[in-house]
Amino acid sequence: MTQLLRDGISTRQAYGQELLALPATFEKLLVLDGDISRSMQTVEFGKEYPDRHLNLGIAEQNLMGVAAGLALGGYLPIVSSYAVFLSMRALEQVRTSICYPKLNVKIVASHGGLTPGNDGPTHQGIEDMGLMRGIPNMTVIMPADGYSLQDLLRQACTIDGPVYIRLTRDAVPYIYESTDSCQIGKANTLVDGNDVTLIAIGDMVQWAIRASEQLAAEGIQARVIDMHTLKPLDQQAVISAASETGAIVTVEDHSIFNGLGSAVAEVLVENYLVPMKRIGLRDTFAESGPYEMLLEKYGMSTQNIYQAAKEVIALKS
Amino acid sequence: MKEITGLVKGLEDQAKLVRKEIIRMIAAAQSGHPGGSLSATDLLTALYFHEMKLDPKNPDWEDRDRFILSKGHCCPVVYACLALRGYYPVDTLLTLRAFESTLQGHPDMRKTVGLDATTGSLGQGLSLGVGLALAAKLAKKDYFSYVLMGDGEQNEGQIWEAACTAVKYQLGNLVGIVDQNGLQNDGPTDTIMPMESLAYRWRSFGWQVIEIDGHNMTEILHALSLAKCNTDKPSMLVCNTIKGKGVSYMENVVEWHSGAISDAQMEQAFADIERGV
Repeated sequence: MTQLLRDGISTRQAYGQELLALPATFEKLLVLDGDISRSMQTVEFGKEYPDRHLNLGIAEQNLMGVAAGLALGGYLPIVSSYAVFLSMRALEQVRTSICYPKLNVKIVASHGGLTPGNDGPTHQGIEDMGLMRGIPNMTVIMPADGYSLQDLLRQACTIDGPVYIRLTRDAVPYIYESTDSCQIGKANTLVDGNDVTLIAIGDMVQWAIRASEQLAAEGIQARVIDMHTLKPLDQQAVISAASETGAIVTVEDHSIFNGLGSAVAEVLVENYLVPMKRIGLRDTFAESGPYEMLLEKYGMSTQNIYQAAKEVIALKS
Repeated sequence: MKEITGLVKGLEDQAKLVRKEIIRMIAAAQSGHPGGSLSATDLLTALYFHEMKLDPKNPDWEDRDRFILSKGHCCPVVYACLALRGYYPVDTLLTLRAFESTLQGHPDMRKTVGLDATTGSLGQGLSLGVGLALAAKLAKKDYFSYVLMGDGEQNEGQIWEAACTAVKYQLGNLVGIVDQNGLQNDGPTDTIMPMESLAYRWRSFGWQVIEIDGHNMTEILHALSLAKCNTDKPSMLVCNTIKGKGVSYMENVVEWHSGAISDAQMEQAFADIERGV
């Protein structure tokens, strides 16, 4: 392991732990589950705060609507389930019942991207961040590690409006030293460099860091940015990266459509054009298999990031 | 007895005023949904002018009863009730659906004073009502939440998810109302998607069901009182109604689900309403 990457836990596990501490600060907080509370790591919360834990069964559309109603009644509901179900089965409920009236509902979605590996495509949420990003009033976040989950979840609870937080099924390394490292809407530069910028989100931050080390071995200084907040995007960080490093690679465990790659491209096109490549699922479903083997097969591995960085550098005029 | 007769007569007269405002605003907007607004008018008049605990001077009063129009396209009837109840000037109704109006084509709680929820996509309102009723229970407040749905809307699966949740949490403070006028957008409910019998379905889901004539004010008042007596079961009022009720040429005519009203049609409608069709 590199210095930056230390053995960690999944962000859903960090979520389950951090939840236990939240009612002390947020007295109106409730957790709503859709019959996957063990997987969502909310069981301990339910034991500790039985009056704050509601399990509404396998019915995600109603789950969102009830959360909206609880918010109308002055509560702070956190809806917990998988990314696929919350972002797709219940998408219109999120849009019309929650985002349109800007209700105070937090949506915490695990099993983002290929992290549910062997569960297969039905459980791999690969479109969710793009769908959520398209809805007005919504904030979209994916923490890279357990510490940043703690920061971002807590801050999300202070926002008066809907927030979507995407988690990983499997463990991700710790990248930050402690909490107090992340601010919603403010990208973090993890590695300095001026030859190229790797802008990554969520579980892909670790692979971007590894790619930067591989590049460094060849004397290429790659900047690595943790873009934990997809929306609102830290546009200044993108523009600075473009002007200071002249080439960008986006890295996300998500479809290359509508997610981080699209969001960064939008900023570049309107502000500062530089060569750019996107790492992500290229308009395809994946399949069952170990997470890292899937990344390799679908062009999202450290090697692919490294290669894309070399290509955009070569395109610099 | 005399007191009740007076109350019923007063509400029946009030309903006429509500119906006229519905016609007036849809004629002004040259679009909107008169059929389902008119079928629900007597029910909403009973709620807004008698049953619900409200304070138009303090629309955000925490302990007020809540009303959710799940069949959001019928907002003219709610807009009329709110205006006549004093939430905003009656003249505002003439801005229905207009550019930058506070009265949107479907209910927007952030724009219209007195609305408790944003709705308009069918099937979503009962879940909001379940959430509100749960919130009241958790906060130990005694307000009631009322949700009005259409009979065509009963096609939506989310309603039945919400039905189960309300029973699980024994939401006696939740009252659903189905405006069973027998017509949905494309035709009669029993040809588009048969749901007979709604009373049976709701009862089998564990709700207290009260089936009434949705245009009989005495029955409406009685049912609303009865609904509040059952403290550990949600109640569903299945109300038999006539789409377009009160306007001769609109009654039971599917095309009047939505449409523009001409000046001549408006005059005819006023006469019908006054006469009591």
